Amino acid sequence: MPDFSEIFSLQSILNYNGGCVVAMRGKNCVAIACDLRFGVQAQTISTDFERVFEVGPHLYIGLPGLATDTQTVFQRLQFRIKMYEMREGRRVKPRTLMAMVQNLLYERRFGPYFVEPVIAGLHPTTKEPYICALDLIGCECEPEDFVVSGTCSESLYGMCETTWREDMEPDDLFECISQSLVNAFDRDALSGWGAVVHVIEQDKVTTRYLKCRQD
Amino acid sequence: MDSLEDIHTGFQFSNFARNETLVAKGFPMPKSRKTGTTIAGVVFKDGVVLGADTRATEGDIIADKNCSKIHYLQPNMYCCGAGTAADLVMTTQLMASQLELHRLNTGRQVPVVAANRMLKQMLFRYQGYIGAALVLGGVDKHGSHIYSIHPHGSTDRLPYTTMGSGSLAAMSVFEVHWKPDLELEEAKQLVRDAIAGGIFNDLGSGSNVDLCIITKDGATMLRPYDVANVKGQRQGKYIYKTGTTDILSTSVRPIQIVSETVRKVGEEEMETA
Repeated sequence: MPDFSEIFSLQSILNYNGGCVVAMRGKNCVAIACDLRFGVQAQTISTDFERVFEVGPHLYIGLPGLATDTQTVFQRLQFRIKMYEMREGRRVKPRTLMAMVQNLLYERRFGPYFVEPVIAGLHPTTKEPYICALDLIGCECEPEDFVVSGTCSESLYGMCETTWREDMEPDDLFECISQSLVNAFDRDALSGWGAVVHVIEQDKVTTRYLKCRQD
Repeated sequence: MDSLEDIHTGFQFSNFARNETLVAKGFPMPKSRKTGTTIAGVVFKDGVVLGADTRATEGDIIADKNCSKIHYLQPNMYCCGAGTAADLVMTTQLMASQLELHRLNTGRQVPVVAANRMLKQMLFRYQGYIGAALVLGGVDKHGSHIYSIHPHGSTDRLPYTTMGSGSLAAMSVFEVHWKPDLELEEAKQLVRDAIAGGIFNDLGSGSNVDLCIITKDGATMLRPYDVANVKGQRQGKYIYKTGTTDILSTSVRPIQIVSETVRKVGEEEMETA
């Protein structure tokens, strides 16, 4: 493996593989989006690495961070979700999923998984939009507007803070989240190479792959 | 092991060796979310007032501009937290459930001393590794109490106290203006001023002032009590027209309802036959 430590000083292990996720609330809808790069520091390995996963008809979770932990945490979470749904005979609600992820991460408080999850979904019965972000040991943050996570979270904060507005319709929400994500990760060497956006509405989920810079 | 997950309780250390190896290779542990925080509590004539700011930070980034730092323990007891945010959330959740079980087992309201004792014994057991600094406040049959609890498990019972990175700013306000047997409105204003001291003078604290008032009649959360920092109006419009983003492919998946059953649950009629 070439040594990039000269160019990119070893930062946090959270930035080792690169990648970012953002979620936004709209009017009766939510959107969640991520980039598609999987790299090892400055070397790009693949450009089809999705880090947002479907866990229910109206429920998605993004797991940016160390790629090995993205996959491990998702598999462990899937196990817990399936056990829950068999035991309870119903689907998980967004907030239940948050508590589940929170317990999974806090259990490893003193030897954490290096992921910072983002959850987006609609409540199965009330259809109330829900977004939330957790830190790597499971502290939740449930704001009214948007959540960001991953290597270009600072740029994403800037973009979202200026472009997000209240009560966006699904089409406006798509443009807003896409432009926020693309313009943020174009300023980040560790993420980009394509993006995928899910817009979750009451009756449908629209998934779009975006045309992006490939450098 | 996940197959044994339901019998595994407590903290898991399976990633610990890996993470230590990474630290040795020069990847420092990522920062977890902290609440830089100004929290405060005072005893007044009829109860206690707890106060907190609403900023959560991750390094020098503001992770949450309006987070809640006053946590529920019991109907007569609340707890403000400073330190590692996840520790505060999980510690107060655990305490709330243990106190509720204690209340059900004893059949009476839990005294504030009991909550203080349970918290300090838990924190001492973890030797400060659970980074929770707390201001516990409540009213019980013995009166009104404020306790400050440090991460290593030491506690103080005080008429007024502050915690967190803004504690010095807040305490300076208390030291000047506090007096015994404050009226409710005086106490609210005093705590607001103390928290505002932290918000404006400590970089780890910011945004709004939350208050919680507890008297013998119960607790009231005032969130926000004072919006100390109003966000400015956006001057320009940054609206992207539909079609700005180039799309490679679109797939729409309708959510089809396979079956729906509605079961009305009403009161059953009394059997009279």
